[in-house]
Amino acid sequence: MAAAARKASTKSRSEAKAQALSAPPPASFSKEQELKAYRDMLLIRRFEEKAGQLYGMGFIGGFCHLYIGQEAVVTGLKMAMIEGDQMITAYRDHGHMLAMEMSPRGVMAELTGRRGGYSRGKGGSMHMFSKEKFFYGGHGIVGAQVSLGTGLAFANKYRENKNVSLTFFGDGAANQGQVYESFNMASLWKLPVIYVIENNRYAMGTSVQRSSAETDFSHRGLSFRIPGIQVDGMDVRAVKSAGDLATDWCRSGNGPIILEMLTYRYRGHSMSDPAKYRTKEEVQKMRSEHDPIEQVKARLIDKKWASEDDLKAQDKEVRDIVADAADFAQTDPEPDPSELWTDVVR
Amino acid sequence: MPIDILMPALSPTMEEGNLSKWLKKEGDKIVSGDVIAEIETDKATMEVEAVDEGTLGKILVAAGTEGVKVNTPIAVLLQEGESASAIGSAQVQAEPAEKPQPAKAEEASPAAEKVPAPSVQAAVPAAPRTEAASDPDIPPGTEMVSTTVREALRDAMAEEMRRDPDVFVMGEEVAEYQGAYKITQGLLQEFGAKRVVDTPITEHGFAGVGVGAAMAGLKPIVEFMTFNFAMQAIDQIINSAAKTLYMSGGQMGAPIVFRGPNGAAARVAAQHSQDYAAWYSHVPGLRVIQPYSAADAKGLLKAAIRDPNPVIFLENEILYGHSFDVPKLDDFVLPIGKARVHKQGKDVTLVSFGIGMTYLVKAEPELAKLGIDAEIIDLRTIRPMDLDTVIASVRKTNRLVVVEEGFPQSSVGDYIANQVSQRAFDFLDSPVITIAGKDVPMPYAANLEKLALPNVGEVIEAVKAVTYKR
Repeated sequence: MAAAARKASTKSRSEAKAQALSAPPPASFSKEQELKAYRDMLLIRRFEEKAGQLYGMGFIGGFCHLYIGQEAVVTGLKMAMIEGDQMITAYRDHGHMLAMEMSPRGVMAELTGRRGGYSRGKGGSMHMFSKEKFFYGGHGIVGAQVSLGTGLAFANKYRENKNVSLTFFGDGAANQGQVYESFNMASLWKLPVIYVIENNRYAMGTSVQRSSAETDFSHRGLSFRIPGIQVDGMDVRAVKSAGDLATDWCRSGNGPIILEMLTYRYRGHSMSDPAKYRTKEEVQKMRSEHDPIEQVKARLIDKKWASEDDLKAQDKEVRDIVADAADFAQTDPEPDPSELWTDVVR
Repeated sequence: MPIDILMPALSPTMEEGNLSKWLKKEGDKIVSGDVIAEIETDKATMEVEAVDEGTLGKILVAAGTEGVKVNTPIAVLLQEGESASAIGSAQVQAEPAEKPQPAKAEEASPAAEKVPAPSVQAAVPAAPRTEAASDPDIPPGTEMVSTTVREALRDAMAEEMRRDPDVFVMGEEVAEYQGAYKITQGLLQEFGAKRVVDTPITEHGFAGVGVGAAMAGLKPIVEFMTFNFAMQAIDQIINSAAKTLYMSGGQMGAPIVFRGPNGAAARVAAQHSQDYAAWYSHVPGLRVIQPYSAADAKGLLKAAIRDPNPVIFLENEILYGHSFDVPKLDDFVLPIGKARVHKQGKDVTLVSFGIGMTYLVKAEPELAKLGIDAEIIDLRTIRPMDLDTVIASVRKTNRLVVVEEGFPQSSVGDYIANQVSQRAFDFLDSPVITIAGKDVPMPYAANLEKLALPNVGEVIEAVKAVTYKR
């Protein structure tokens, strides 16, 4: 009888067993989608370059983590989101905010600590939010946003809406304990959350190989019965199709899913990181062979959907937006001293 | 116009660096992201990447130059169509540009008068003063019902859950088990599993899930089986719950209650016997409540659930079974941040909160026998603290003893003593005495445990000392 029971339980378990899924084929983009992806990624790239420059000039203080190289991840996933879907991430967050259509002026002015910033100058690079745009931060403690993002999904389920929480974290955060506490609850309660693991290969200066016993992060949810997909995070079309699959999965009531995005950051961990833990050749190879923006550009040219001049004009439009944001962020006043005491409690 | 390439600051503290190497030479085409030079900071050698595109027109600072100030132009970049002759003579001088100064807030506000600041201290704006409301009047003839603290807490949650569908309770054993200490008894039956949620043993995780749900607008009541276990979750409580309203410039906060038994129970030793009042009271953004009576437990828990801020609600296992009169009213809500004068008196002020009140209540008749008329104040809320009530009392009695079960260093009593010495020093006729738990982890042995906690005798001795009756 015991054997029969065991057999029955094995059977029911194996039936429900989650597995690593293979990535769906890259989405085939229309001309409009390609152009939008190009523009959105370029905005992040140029914005981050400008942020790096303003940091170098002393306008931006403290820590500043740039998203250059990883633009396709957030851009492709945003294309799979609908109104009301939430996004939350850690402190490499400028790209996420721009993708969520937060204003470049508001983001840049927060970086310079001015009153026109999203947090009125009180949050800075790592702590920015927009309730209106469903962006829930901007968090400085590695891994904490994973439980918070699971809580956003809890609220979606509680309210019985069809929204999904896109909860981003890096390969470094993937080793924090509360990530697995969250996986367990999300799977147990079938919460609509997509865990987006942005694997850029380095947790600050420690490579995935040196920090992780299981380096395939799409497998990290299997013991919680959360399926995972490993995605080419440098190809915005691959990200979009994985995003479509994952949002459908969540909206259909199947619970959480993991998307491991294989990506790469060109810059150091933060502005003050000389990045001596990797070779110049490695960085150069990614930039020249896998750059997410160059890939779209090549397709646009190849399909004759845009000329070099069209793209130059697009580049100019984006540069103007960024220049305007940078001007605003340098001239906008600092917060009024009375702001010291506001927003501590309601 | 040609663009100056400036010596960048590459850490929050860098002021100058050495230009060790140029990787591009004059006349080279440059695109965004190209590494053009290497500079040495005090920490490391860093690469300088180009932000703009163009041709490297002129190198202003030669490789090998040491001590180049941040923001000094180090090269000039020519844009499309420009020739080297476009480089102005001013640009050729490698002088550091003026350090960028953000527009000062005072200058930006034309209404602000430019009054010379008398001192650095005066430039810090004063903290706003907030006044807590008084307790609601209880209509004459209101029936008083003897209620345990346990029942009062349960009633408070049930009433608020009936009132607001966004309120839910989550924690270990809160639903099917009916609560490890039976505080959530009956809630599952009335509200169902959607709103009374059993969690796995995973404090860090479910505290974060609760805060996330609160950020999305729900009003979670997170029960910790005891606050000792909330140590696992303290990052989410402080870094996520308490700070988000401030960090978001007021856009979103966390309307959440963390509640559960706190402090020493009986014979559960070091890891299960700790009072967290002082710990949480340290943190701006939190409210910290520790009730003593059943009426306060009910009225303040209802207020905590309605409060838009994160609230730490510290209960006590020993008090759960104590009965007190609770007014039978449809909606009995008490103000957060208001102390309660438990007994009026004129000779000495005794202040405590939570289970600490039991020592004062027991000491009071003994003091009366000695002819000492004590005023007893129950703080009820530790943060924001109603110091006005304490100070008004000290101005009357000129003597103060504070009692709590927590550790003595940086205790709640220490803070009160400090504030009283700053605000009412001239009214004191003797030093303030603070009685706390002993400065040791809680021992297991019955006799040692008793020694580690405050006792009535200590209170009486302290009162004798401050009234010079010893």
